[in-house]
Amino acid sequence: MNRRELIGLATAAVTLGWTTVASAEEPPIKIGMSMAQTGGLAGGGKPSLLGIEIWRDDINAKGGLLGRKIELVVYDDKSSAAETPAIYSKLIDVDKVDLLFAPYATVPTAPIMPLVKQRGLLLMGNFSFQVNSKVRHDMWFNCAPWGPADSWATGFLGIGQKAGGKSVALLSADQEFAQNLITTARDVAKKAGLNIVFDQSYPPSTAEFSGIIRALSAAKPDIVYVASYPPDSAAILRAVNELGIGDNVKLFGGAMVGLQFGTVMESMGSLLNGVVNYNTWLPEPSMKFPGTKEFFEKYTKRAVEAKVDPLGFYIAPYGYAMGQMIEQAVNANKSLDQKAIAKYLHEHTMQTIVGPIAFAEDGEWKESATVEAQFRGIKDKNMDQFRQAGKQVILFPDNLKTGDLITPFEAARK
Amino acid sequence: MFSIELLRDAVVLGILLGCFYAAVSIGLSISFGLLDVPQVAHPAFLVLASYGVFLLNDSYDIDPLVAGLMITPLLFVLGVITYRVYHETFEKRGSDAAVRGIAFFFGVAFIIEVLIIMQFGVDQRSVTASYIGKAWRIGDLRIPVRQLVAFGVALALTVVLALYLSKTFLGRAIRAVAQDEEGLRLMGANPVRIKQFAFGIATSVLGLAGALLIIVAPVEPTLGRVYIGRTFCVVVMAGLGSISGTLIASIILGVAESIVLTMFGASWAPAISFALLLGVLAVRPQGLLGR
Repeated sequence: MNRRELIGLATAAVTLGWTTVASAEEPPIKIGMSMAQTGGLAGGGKPSLLGIEIWRDDINAKGGLLGRKIELVVYDDKSSAAETPAIYSKLIDVDKVDLLFAPYATVPTAPIMPLVKQRGLLLMGNFSFQVNSKVRHDMWFNCAPWGPADSWATGFLGIGQKAGGKSVALLSADQEFAQNLITTARDVAKKAGLNIVFDQSYPPSTAEFSGIIRALSAAKPDIVYVASYPPDSAAILRAVNELGIGDNVKLFGGAMVGLQFGTVMESMGSLLNGVVNYNTWLPEPSMKFPGTKEFFEKYTKRAVEAKVDPLGFYIAPYGYAMGQMIEQAVNANKSLDQKAIAKYLHEHTMQTIVGPIAFAEDGEWKESATVEAQFRGIKDKNMDQFRQAGKQVILFPDNLKTGDLITPFEAARK
Repeated sequence: MFSIELLRDAVVLGILLGCFYAAVSIGLSISFGLLDVPQVAHPAFLVLASYGVFLLNDSYDIDPLVAGLMITPLLFVLGVITYRVYHETFEKRGSDAAVRGIAFFFGVAFIIEVLIIMQFGVDQRSVTASYIGKAWRIGDLRIPVRQLVAFGVALALTVVLALYLSKTFLGRAIRAVAQDEEGLRLMGANPVRIKQFAFGIATSVLGLAGALLIIVAPVEPTLGRVYIGRTFCVVVMAGLGSISGTLIASIILGVAESIVLTMFGASWAPAISFALLLGVLAVRPQGLLGR
């Protein structure tokens, strides 16, 4: 080898070395969030996080986003609205994350909406309900199938009316999620000509519902619409089991968070029978999309190892979908600019493992994909039964319906 | 939606609830009512006891009431130690310092709460027993069996404690130290040791009270804050130091809460305890059966 060739070879080696070092030193893209890993919402928070982690691992295996690995920066918000403002301030100002995902659920998310609006930051919502209705942040995108505000109540109360129900009892926790929901339920009930015979809220810390259930059943409603969080959902069902709700009730349930978590379903067992409740994803043929099957294969394996909800139907695939939407927006723009990502998300329909997602101006889905399903034939202490079709019979919407309502509620419970 | 049946149900449920409140307040009636110790950590000890019951029930399948009895000696020792620290640090330095002991007990309460969170997390915990989840039917009235159990045990606890304080030598000594500590000292008795023993008794009854707490509803670490208002309301309304007054005041509170919850809504129920307290003290400043 002569001197010129040697210099050329050395230059190539150094250039290659620099390039390799530069690639290896490319900082990761940090996505920051808090997540309920303890507290009443942990039954949803843990599977949600696992869904997001599976997306992270999938995309990193393909080389990352814009050639950079994805890193998740996660803090436990203990299901508490008091924790999230400080956590998100830290994520933004100390951890200096590139993108933000919201906490799971309405109550921890609501307090950070003014912060993200003031700072002009994009926030991917995670199963909140109407947290943007007053703040009206134009960079909020809620990964939750609720759609328009009244769709939830319309579906449930519509089922009750078709069954001959003329009166409704409203029971709600005195917190952001339940109050948002019950406000729409009142409007929908009035428009539908339903007589509201009972309308009460209870403090979120209430653990004993005997008196409330007794007062509710004394009002003799045809339909009972409950908006509650996991600890109260379980306590309400226990009280109904002990005291009964009255033979006049045709339909019971509606918006009871927690009855979708595998661990809660298993512990409630036969207490669930007859309850008609909202859900998001169920193992029905109409709910399979490209990537869904592969996702659940990975999820089930990792959930068992991590001791997280082994079913994961309710929320885990939507965590994955959050990542997919960001991935599509960032790849289309070839940039992490949040305004550009927001513009893309507003203007396009994203393809995800939970189906196509298109956002309305308020950051909610243009069309509702929430189902109302009735629990049937549930046995105690059996997790695997929920993987079978027929345990949660879909009553609404019509295009996904798999059965008719069994009524009255006391008969459906047996 | 008023009806006589609904009112009847609310009163019955209120009496059951009231007896449960008596069980959780009776220890405070001794420590604060008789001994003048500002024991604001009483509900925190109550929650600690309920977690002890949870541990034994969850790990060894022990019935919650039996578990409550099993942890009673431990709580007695904890009460004795707590009082000793309070006495050495605050009480023996005069009455001003004793009032400053409130800060000490608030500190104890927060430490207990944080220790529970670190050990058990913030999730709700509940126990299993054959009588939880069933209801007893009398005509068209259905009463959850767990509330009947809480009612029965609470009543028994109140009666036993009232008899102990009035009929036994040590019980009368505790009443004597509450009436005239100096007089007792002049008679050759050590009031500090008697108060220490009494504080241990007051804390030990929380074993059963904690069991009732977790039988009636699931517990979580911050539950003590909900009960501070109720327990102090009951004790002050009863008249400081009156055990039978504690039972009567608790029943009044339980019935009032139950009626308000049924007629006006659950949101108003937490305010009832303080409204009642103000009303009673306005009419009878020494409490219902105060000394």
